[in-house]
Amino acid sequence: MISVRNITKRFGSYAALHGIDLDIEPGEFIALLGPSGSGKTTLLRIIAGLEFQDSGQVLFDGNDVSGLKVADRHVGFVFQQYALFRHMTVAENVAFGLQVKKRRDRPARAAIRDRAEELLRLVQLEGLGGRYPGQLSGGQRQRVALARALAIEPELLLLDEPFGALDAKVRKDLRRWLRDLHKQMGLTSIFVTHDQEEALELADRVVVMDHGKIEQVGTPEEIYMNPATPFVSHFVGETNRMAGQSGEVHFRPHDVDVVGEGGEAVLVDNVFRKGGVWRVEGALVETSLFVEIDLDAALPQPRPGETIRIVPRRSRLFNPEGGQA
Amino acid sequence: MKLRATSEDRVTQIVLIGLALAFLAFFLLLPLVAVFSEALAQGVGPFMDAVHTPDALAAIRLTLIIAAISVPLNVVFGIAASWAITKFQFPGKSLLITLIDLPFSVSPVVSGLIFVLLFGANGLIGPWLAAHDLKIIFAVPGIVLATVFITFPFVARELIPLMMEQGKDDEEAALSLGASGWQTFWHVTLPNIRWGLLYGVLLCNARAMGEFGAVSVVSGHIRGETNTMPLHVEILYNEYDFVGAFAVASLLALLALVTLVAKSVLEWRFDLHSGASH
Amino acid sequence: MTFKRQSILPGFGPSFGYTVLYLSLIVLIPLSAVFLKSSTSGWSHFWQAIRSPNVVAAYRLSFGASLAAGLISVALGFLIAWVLVRYSFPGKRVVSALVDLPFALPTAVAGIALTSLYAPNGWIGQFLEPMGIKVAFTSLGITIALVFIGLPFVVRSVEPVLADLGKDVEEAAATLGATRYQTFARVILPAIGPALLTGFAMAFARGVGEYGSVIFISGNMPGKTEIAPLLIVTQLEQYAYAGATAIATVMMLASFSVLLLINWIQAVSRQRMGA
Repeated sequence: MISVRNITKRFGSYAALHGIDLDIEPGEFIALLGPSGSGKTTLLRIIAGLEFQDSGQVLFDGNDVSGLKVADRHVGFVFQQYALFRHMTVAENVAFGLQVKKRRDRPARAAIRDRAEELLRLVQLEGLGGRYPGQLSGGQRQRVALARALAIEPELLLLDEPFGALDAKVRKDLRRWLRDLHKQMGLTSIFVTHDQEEALELADRVVVMDHGKIEQVGTPEEIYMNPATPFVSHFVGETNRMAGQSGEVHFRPHDVDVVGEGGEAVLVDNVFRKGGVWRVEGALVETSLFVEIDLDAALPQPRPGETIRIVPRRSRLFNPEGGQA
Repeated sequence: MKLRATSEDRVTQIVLIGLALAFLAFFLLLPLVAVFSEALAQGVGPFMDAVHTPDALAAIRLTLIIAAISVPLNVVFGIAASWAITKFQFPGKSLLITLIDLPFSVSPVVSGLIFVLLFGANGLIGPWLAAHDLKIIFAVPGIVLATVFITFPFVARELIPLMMEQGKDDEEAALSLGASGWQTFWHVTLPNIRWGLLYGVLLCNARAMGEFGAVSVVSGHIRGETNTMPLHVEILYNEYDFVGAFAVASLLALLALVTLVAKSVLEWRFDLHSGASH
Repeated sequence: MTFKRQSILPGFGPSFGYTVLYLSLIVLIPLSAVFLKSSTSGWSHFWQAIRSPNVVAAYRLSFGASLAAGLISVALGFLIAWVLVRYSFPGKRVVSALVDLPFALPTAVAGIALTSLYAPNGWIGQFLEPMGIKVAFTSLGITIALVFIGLPFVVRSVEPVLADLGKDVEEAAATLGATRYQTFARVILPAIGPALLTGFAMAFARGVGEYGSVIFISGNMPGKTEIAPLLIVTQLEQYAYAGATAIATVMMLASFSVLLLINWIQAVSRQRMGA
C-alpha cells in the first residue's frame, strides 16, 4: 500500500505540488494524467526519492520513507528517454541492479546471468543480450529499461511517460504489452502520461492532475462518464460546451440526439466519416460556440450549410465556480 | 535533506571545487602572473624602454606583418574547405578532414624542418633558389610559409562543425528564390557563420603571432630582420636581459588575454560550442 | 558515376579544387619532403642517426615526460572538467576561459615564465630547493611544463561528453540501488573513458613535439635533459639535414600513430554507443 500525505513542493517561487493526498492499493495500475506543468512527474519522482518534498509524507505500507535515499526505496523506475547505460550490453544493463548489491546480498555470477536472461525472455528480447543499446530500436530499448527495473524485484514500479519518445504504432503495441505484463505480474505500478487515451486504456484508476492539484481520482469509466470538474471534463475525452441557466453544460459528442424541433440549433460546417459515425463539426447558432457531434452513420449524412437541431442525452452542469451544479 | 538524489554532498562539492581551482591556479594562473610581475620588476620605465628598442620594434612589426599575411590566407582556405566539405557529398570526406588536421599533430620544429628541407641551402629546391637569388629560408617568406602551415587548420576547424550543424537548408532556400551562388554565400552563409569565423580568426591570429618552434627553425634569428616577437624574447632571455624578455613577453601575454576574453564573450553571447573541436 | 552527388548548390568545383591545391602546396608536399629526404639518404645513415646515445636519451626523455605529463593531465583534467560541468560557483566563466590559456599563450612566453617560477630563486623554486627538490633544468621541470600544455586537451575533450551524459542515467543507477561511488565507477567513468583516452593521446602527441615551453626549463644537458625537438634543431644548425630528418621521421611516425589511435577509439565508441 503506497500512500502520499499532504505533499507540497516548490521550485523557487513556483509551486509544483499543493498538498497532494493519495492512496494506492497493492497491485493497482495507477495513471497520473495531466498536461505539462501539472506536477505529475514531480509527484512520481518524489515517490521514487529522486526529488524531496518540502512537506508531507510518503508512506510504503505505513512506513514513512521520506528519509530513505532512492537507492534504499526499492522502486523500479523507467525513464522517458530510457536512460540505458550505453557502454554496457543489454544483458549488463539488466544485470546492473544485481551487480551493485551489497556483497552479502549479491547473488552468484551464474545466478545473475540466469536472471538477466529470464527477464529478457519476459520482455521478449531473448538473444539480444549481447547487443548494445545504440543498436536497438526505441521500442526495444524501452523494454530493456523495463527488464532492468524489474531485475531488482521492486515492490513498486514507476514509469515516467514511458512511451512518449516512440512512434504511434510502437506506442500502441507496447501499451497492450505492458497491460498484459501487469496482469501477469500484479506489481503495483504508477505511470505518468499526458495522453488520456493511454491512461483510460491501461489504468485501474486514473488520477487527473492540473496545476499541482488533484482534480479527480477514479476508474477510467468514472472519469469519463462523471467528470467532477470542467477541467476533467475537457481534458478527458471530447467535450462540447453550452451555456446553461446557471452555468456551463458539458456533453460528449456521441451523447446527442437529433430532433425535428426544439433543442439547440447547430449550423453544420464540415462532415466526415469517423469509424461508424458521421463526425459533424459546426457552431451553435445562438452563441457561435464550436461543437463536434457524432451521429450514427446509418442516418443520412448532414450537409455543410444545413442547420440541425440537437438535444444532449447526458450532460453535466458546472456552476461558475467550477463545481457541479 | 535538501540534496538531490544524484549529486555529491555539499562538503565533497566544495572540496572538489577547491582542489580544481587550486590546481588551475598553480599550473596555469601562476605562470601568467609571473610574466607580468617580472616585466614590471624594475618599474614601468625600464618596461617601456625594453619594448621600444629598435630590435623590439622591428620584431613587433615583423610579427604583425606575418599575421596580416597568414591569417587572411588561411581564412580564405578555411571558408573554401568548409564550403566544399559541408555543403556537398563526396567520397574521401573524412580523409580530407584528417589531412586538414595534420599540422596540428606535427611538432612545431618538424613544421619548420620540412620547409628547410625544401627551400634550404641543401634542400630540394635550394640550389635553384640560390641561382635565382631568392631567399626563403632565413628570410621573411620562409617565416610566412611556416606560420601558414602551423595555423592552417584553425579557421577550417571552427567552421566545419558549425556549418555541418547549420546544414544546407538556408542556402537551398536562397537559390530557389533566385539568388546566385555568390549572393547566397554573401547574404546567407556568411552572416550565419560570422561568429564562428571571428572565433577562428582570433585563434589563428593568436597562434600566428605566438609561434615559436617552427619560426625558430626557419628564421635564422637575424636581429632586426627575421626576428619575430617570440624569437626576440628568446634572444633577450638567453642574454640574461630578463626584464627585456618579460616585457616583450607580456605584450604577447596581453594578446593572449584579449583572445581569451573575446573568445569567452563570443561563446557566451552566441552560444558557440566550447572546446569540443580543440 | 560522378564524384560528388548532385546538388543545386554551386561552387563545388572551385572550392574543392582550391582546397586540395592549397592543402597539397602548404601541407602535403612539404610533409612528404621529410620522407623523401629520409629515403634518399639511405637506410644505414638513418639507422645510425637514430641509434646514437644522445638521440636515444632524447627520445626516452621526450616520450617519458610526455607520458607522465599525459597521465597527470588526465587526472587533473578530469577533475577540472567535472567541476566545470557539474557544479556552479562564482567566477566559473573566468575559470573556464583560463583553461584555454595554454592554447592562446605563445609557447616561448610560457617557457620563460615556467622557468622563472621554478628556478632556485623563483617563486616556487625557492621553497622546493631547500627540500632538495630540483625542478628547473631537470626532467621534472619538463614534465610540469608539459602538464601546462596538455591540461586543456583533456578538459576540452571530456567536457562535452560529461555534459552530454544526462542526469537520468545517474538517476537510473540510483534507483537500481547503486551507491554514489558505484555510479561513478560503473556508469560515469566508462562512459567518458574514450574521451579521456582521446584527451590523453592529444596531450601526449603534443608533448612529444613541444619545443617553446620546454626549451627554457630543460637546461639542455646532452644525454640528460635534451628533448628530441632540440636535437633536430642542433642537427639543422650544422646543416646535417639527414640526421635531422631521421630524428623527425621517428617523431612524425609516433604522432601519426597517435592520430590513428584517436580516430580508431572514436570510431569504435561511436559504433558502440550508436549514432
